[in-house]
Amino acid sequence: MNQPDLTAQSVVKRFGDHVAVDSISFEVARGSFFSILGPSGCGKTTLLRMIAGFLEPDGGEIAIGGRTMRGVAPNRRPVNMVFQQLALFPMMSVGENVEFGLARRGVARTERRNKAGAMLERVGLAGAAAKRVDELSGGQRQRVAIARSLVLEPTLLLLDEPLGALDLKLREHMKIELKQLQAEFGTTFVYITHDQSEALVLSDHVGVMNHGRFEQIGTPQDLYYRPRTPFVAGFVGDSNRLTGRATDVAGDRVRVDTGDGWTVEARREGAVADGDAVEVFVRPEAATLSRAGESGSAPHEGTVESLLFDGAKSAVLLRERRSRREVRVALPQTGEFADLRTGEPIAFRFDAARAVCFRVRSDRDG
Amino acid sequence: MADAAAAPMSGAGWRKALLMSPALAWLALLIVLPHAELAVLSFREQAGLRHYVPSLSHYREFFHEPEYWHTFVRTAWMSIVATFATLCLAFPIAWVIAKIARGRAAAWLFLACMIPFWISETVRTLGWMILLRETGVLPAVLVKLGIVAHPVELLYHDTTIMVGLIYNSMLFMIVPLVSSLESLDNALIEAAYDLGANGLTVLRKIVIPHAAPGITAGCIIVFMLTLGDYITPTLLGGKDSGWFTEQIYTEFITRFDWGQGAAFGFLLLVLSTLIVIAGLKLSGQRFGDVMGRT
Ligand SMILES: Nc1ncnc2c1ncn2[C@@H]1O[C@H](COP(=O)(O)OP(=O)(O)O)[C@@H](O)[C@H]1O
Ligand SMILES: [Mg+2]
Repeated sequence: MNQPDLTAQSVVKRFGDHVAVDSISFEVARGSFFSILGPSGCGKTTLLRMIAGFLEPDGGEIAIGGRTMRGVAPNRRPVNMVFQQLALFPMMSVGENVEFGLARRGVARTERRNKAGAMLERVGLAGAAAKRVDELSGGQRQRVAIARSLVLEPTLLLLDEPLGALDLKLREHMKIELKQLQAEFGTTFVYITHDQSEALVLSDHVGVMNHGRFEQIGTPQDLYYRPRTPFVAGFVGDSNRLTGRATDVAGDRVRVDTGDGWTVEARREGAVADGDAVEVFVRPEAATLSRAGESGSAPHEGTVESLLFDGAKSAVLLRERRSRREVRVALPQTGEFADLRTGEPIAFRFDAARAVCFRVRSDRDG
Repeated sequence: MADAAAAPMSGAGWRKALLMSPALAWLALLIVLPHAELAVLSFREQAGLRHYVPSLSHYREFFHEPEYWHTFVRTAWMSIVATFATLCLAFPIAWVIAKIARGRAAAWLFLACMIPFWISETVRTLGWMILLRETGVLPAVLVKLGIVAHPVELLYHDTTIMVGLIYNSMLFMIVPLVSSLESLDNALIEAAYDLGANGLTVLRKIVIPHAAPGITAGCIIVFMLTLGDYITPTLLGGKDSGWFTEQIYTEFITRFDWGQGAAFGFLLLVLSTLIVIAGLKLSGQRFGDVMGRT
C-alpha cells in the first residue's frame, strides 16, 4: 500500500472529565474515501476538528501526508474543511468565496479568477461567479462550499455532515454527485455522518464510532456482512435483535434459546460458550418466508402483523408463534407473498450463516 | 397610495395611529416646533424696537468671525477623533463580550461597562476633576512615584477632554458592536482560517464587513453625542474649552443674542448631518440598513 495521507495514533481529547475522543487510531489511504459513522454526540466533529487543527489533541499524534501536525495552525495545514452549515461568506460573491483561499496564497488576480471559474464549471456552476451566496439553492451552496476547498488542491478534504442541511431528495442526489467528484478529483476525503446509508454508499472504508472509540474499521461490505461488535451489527443497516442464552456451541455455530420457547441458530462472532447470555442480529433479508403448512416448510412459525410496503425495501412484520417476539422479514422481489393478509399464519427460516451471535458483555468484563 | 388615504380608516389603521401618537407628539413638540422657532430666530435681524426684518446677518457673522468657525472646525475634528478612538478601544472589549466570555462572565462584563452610567454625567465629570486637578489624586500619585517633581495640572488640556469624551461614549459604541459581533457565525471565522487566512485577514475580510452596520451605528451615535456634548468639554476643558455647544450657550445665556445662538444651533445640525452622510458614503452603508440591523 502507498503511504497513507492521514494517520491518527491513539488520539485523545477530553472536555473536563468527559472523554470525547478516546484513543483513536486509523489510517486513510491516498485518494480514498473514508467515512466516520456514528450516532450524534459520539465525538465525530471533535475528531475532525483535531485533524483540521481547530482543537489540539490531549494525547496521540496526527500526521498528514507523512508530516506530524502537532503545533501546526489550521491555516498552515494541507487540509480543507467543508463545514456542517457550509459557512460560505455572505459578504462575498460566489466567485470571491472560491477565490478566497487562492488570494491568501498570493495567487495573482487573473489566475485566481480563471481557476475559480474553472472550478465552478467542474461542479456545475459555470457563470455563477458573480452571484450572491443567498441567491443560490441549497444544493448549489453545497457545491460552492466544496469548490471553495477543492480549488486549493488539499491533500485531504474534511467534510462534516455536509448533506445534513438538505432535504431528502436533494441529499440522495448530492450523495451521488459527491462520490463522482471524489473519483474525478482523486482527493482523499474524510467524511463524517450519522447516516449509515451515506457511509455505505460513498465510502471505500468506514470507521464506526461509538462513545469516542472506533468499534470497527472496514469496507462497507465488511461492516454489513461481518460486523464484529453488537453496536456495529445494530447501527449499520436494519437488523432483528434477539436476546437469549447459548445452548449448544459447535464450531462457529451456536444454538440460542430465547428463554421464551424459541430456538434459533446463528454464527458465532468472538468467544461464546455454552450458557452465555448472547444477542443475535438477523437482517430482514437473511430470513425467507414460506407458506405455513406447505410440505418442507420453514422451521419457524408466526402470524403476519403488518405489511410494510416500501418498493424494493418492502418487508413484513410478523410475530413468532411461541415467543410472541416481533420479527421483520424482507419480501422477495418476485412479488410473491405480496398478497399476505394481517393475521395470516406464515412460516420462515433464518440463514444461520447470516445471523450473527455475540456474547453479551457484562460490566465485569469491562 | 392615494386610494388608501382616501378610504375611511380601518380599525387596524386607527390602532396604528394610536400607537404612533406618542412618537409623533414627541417629534412635533420637541423637535419640529423648537427648530421652526429657531429657524425664524436665526433668519431675522432686529431693525428697531420690536421690529425685525429677514436677514442672513447671523450666518454672515459666523463666517466673518474666525473664532466662531475655528471653534466649529475644532469641535468637529475632535469629535471625529474621539469617535474613532472610542471605536478602537470598544472593539476589543465588544469582541471579548461577544465571542470569548461565556454566559455569566459576558453578562458581568456588560454590566461593568454600564456601571458608570448609573451616575449622572455631571457627577461623573466632577469625579474626573477631583482625580485630575493640580491638587488632585493623580498628580499626587505621580509625584509619589517620582514620575514628576511637582504636581502638574492635568485638567484643561485637549487630551483630558478627549479622555472624558471617550469614557462617556464607550457604552454607546459597545452595545451596537456586541450585537453585531454576536450575530457573526464562528464557523465563518474558522472557515477563513481553514482557507489559509491569518488573524488580520479574518478581521479585514470577515469580521469588519459583517460588523459594518454595527460599527457605523455606533460611530453615528457616539459622534452625535460627542459633538453635542456640553458638560464634559466645559468642565474638563475649562472656560476656554472651545467647544461649539459652549459658544451656543454663551450666545443664548450670556449675550442674550438668541438670533445668533439659533444660527449656531442650525449650523451644528447641518454639520453633524453632513459628516454622518460623508461617513455613510465612505463606509458604503445605507442609513436604513444601519439602523434597521442594530
Ligand atoms: N467545546 C466543547 N466543550 C465541552 N464539551 C464538548 C465540546 N465540544 C464537544 N463536546 C462534547 O463532546 C461530545 C462529542 O461531541 P461532537 O464531537 O460534537 O459529537 P458529534 O459530532 O459526533 O455529534 C459531546 O458529548 C459534546 O457535548
Ligand atoms: Mg457533529
